[in-house]
Amino acid sequence: MSAQSKKNYIGLLYISPWLVGLLVFQLYPILSSLYYSFTNFDMVGVPKFIGVENYRSMFVDDYDFLPSLSLTFVYVLMAVPLKLGVALVVALMLNAKTRGINLFRTVYYLPSILGGSVTVAILWRFLFMQEGTVNGFLGFFGLPPVPWLSSPLVALFTVSLLTVWQFGSSMVLFLAGLQQIPQELYEAGRVDGASRPRMFFRITLPMLSPILFFNLVMQMVNSFQEFTGAFVITGGGPMKSTYLYVMKLYDEAFQFFRMGYASALSWGLFVIIVFVTYLAFRSSGSWVHYGDGGKE
Amino acid sequence: MTLSRSLRSAGYTLLLVAVGLVVVYPLLWLLFSSFKVDNSDIFGSLSFWPRKWTPEGYLQGWKGTGQYDFGRFFVNSLALTLPTVVLTIVSSVVVGYGFARFDFPLRKPLFAVMIATLMLPGAVLIIPRYILFTGFGWINSYWPFIVPAAFAGSAFFIFLMVQFFRGIPKELDESAKMDGCSSWRILTHILLPNAKPAIFSIGIFQFLWTWNDFFNAMIFINSTEKFPLPLALRMALDTSTAIAWNQVLAMSLVTILPCVLLFFLAQKYFVEGVATTGLKG
Repeated sequence: MSAQSKKNYIGLLYISPWLVGLLVFQLYPILSSLYYSFTNFDMVGVPKFIGVENYRSMFVDDYDFLPSLSLTFVYVLMAVPLKLGVALVVALMLNAKTRGINLFRTVYYLPSILGGSVTVAILWRFLFMQEGTVNGFLGFFGLPPVPWLSSPLVALFTVSLLTVWQFGSSMVLFLAGLQQIPQELYEAGRVDGASRPRMFFRITLPMLSPILFFNLVMQMVNSFQEFTGAFVITGGGPMKSTYLYVMKLYDEAFQFFRMGYASALSWGLFVIIVFVTYLAFRSSGSWVHYGDGGKE
Repeated sequence: MTLSRSLRSAGYTLLLVAVGLVVVYPLLWLLFSSFKVDNSDIFGSLSFWPRKWTPEGYLQGWKGTGQYDFGRFFVNSLALTLPTVVLTIVSSVVVGYGFARFDFPLRKPLFAVMIATLMLPGAVLIIPRYILFTGFGWINSYWPFIVPAAFAGSAFFIFLMVQFFRGIPKELDESAKMDGCSSWRILTHILLPNAKPAIFSIGIFQFLWTWNDFFNAMIFINSTEKFPLPLALRMALDTSTAIAWNQVLAMSLVTILPCVLLFFLAQKYFVEGVATTGLKG
């Protein structure tokens, strides 16, 4: 009895730093921001309770909210499938036993370690300028320059290309998944005379689906929160065409110090992310195949 | 037969090289352009190669634009990043050990909560944290980065440690316990020496994320003397009116240099770390 309770006590002691952190740096902030979202609070006075006014005015008074929200959805729908597609294709390419393959894997992963760094965003701004290198190449091939950053229609795409370029983590996960597919499946497929595309869709893709699902959820959650790229490359322009949700949130909170309203915006984002994740999990039953029959 | 096979393999390598060049092109462009003389050489030609090589971008850029040079910002970045990394490692190891090796009341639900916080969007926490840290008097200091790290702020790393400890046979602990080792001694003398790969992974990833963190730095740090590199870089980009691009590019490269060096020195831990936990990025 005493040995048992001592054991209990010790385990709790080891995780106690995390418990404190959870309460102070995660649970309390989340709950307090829920409270702030029903108040008017400018960091100077005390928060003043105003009911659902903040949530109402998002839709009624704020002319930036709905455009920001919808272009964030467009951004996610553009960046995530492109990124996962590129990651998958590259993983397939690198899943070979060619000489020096490890060097290639390393080099292909390099952009991802720079993540959301300002350097990379600055680089993007240079490369895609009107007179930048990308247009230079287009000109070299006799193509007209593209207004990568100056056209409201193209700018969001240019920003999402930056996300796509950092395909490394998703690629490594795909690669790990590819290496776990039993070769017998392909041999059986060849015996049956299946074509390569058919084997890809009938063997590779289903076997990879748990990883595809994981990548999809993680990348969606991250993309809804994109900030640095758009902030440094375009500053939200031109004509607010890259004014992503978190930039809007940042401005409300840290430029105008409308903390109550910004908290409502952040809870809006939270609900959206939870809902989209929920949809992904709901849909997963029909397309994600787990090797152990779905116990995971 | 063998000829056609080696031809195909050569073709494949060629393809890998070609795609690899596209992937690293922006970084190569950064490297070469930072040694170019002036803006006309940076934008005027498609050629990678500087018309004339010059370290001027580095020498001038290092001086910064105002009262502080990049040496200062470099030291700031280190002062912010190193304690955060060390404390992240220590706290993740201790908490991971607790979850992996002990049974205690509510262990399962607490573990589930920990996993759930993996999905918690940082953008949702930022405003209440700012208000909280203002109350603590932490604004314009590095505490908002360092203290949460001491309290195992990142579930990614706890999870990574738990997974890793679970892979170490429990018999090792059991026999040490028979010999009268305390649980702390088991951790420091038996498990830690076996957990080096996981510790390296945590250290490397936390270093990269903290070093490159722009969003939190911008919110929590507001005086130039305390700017870490990402903020200094953006300042250089915004304040110079007639921008000498080679300086901005040179300092951009300097900023990411520690990350790139770390990457090449420790590349095997990267791929392992990503593959075992599915880290973001």
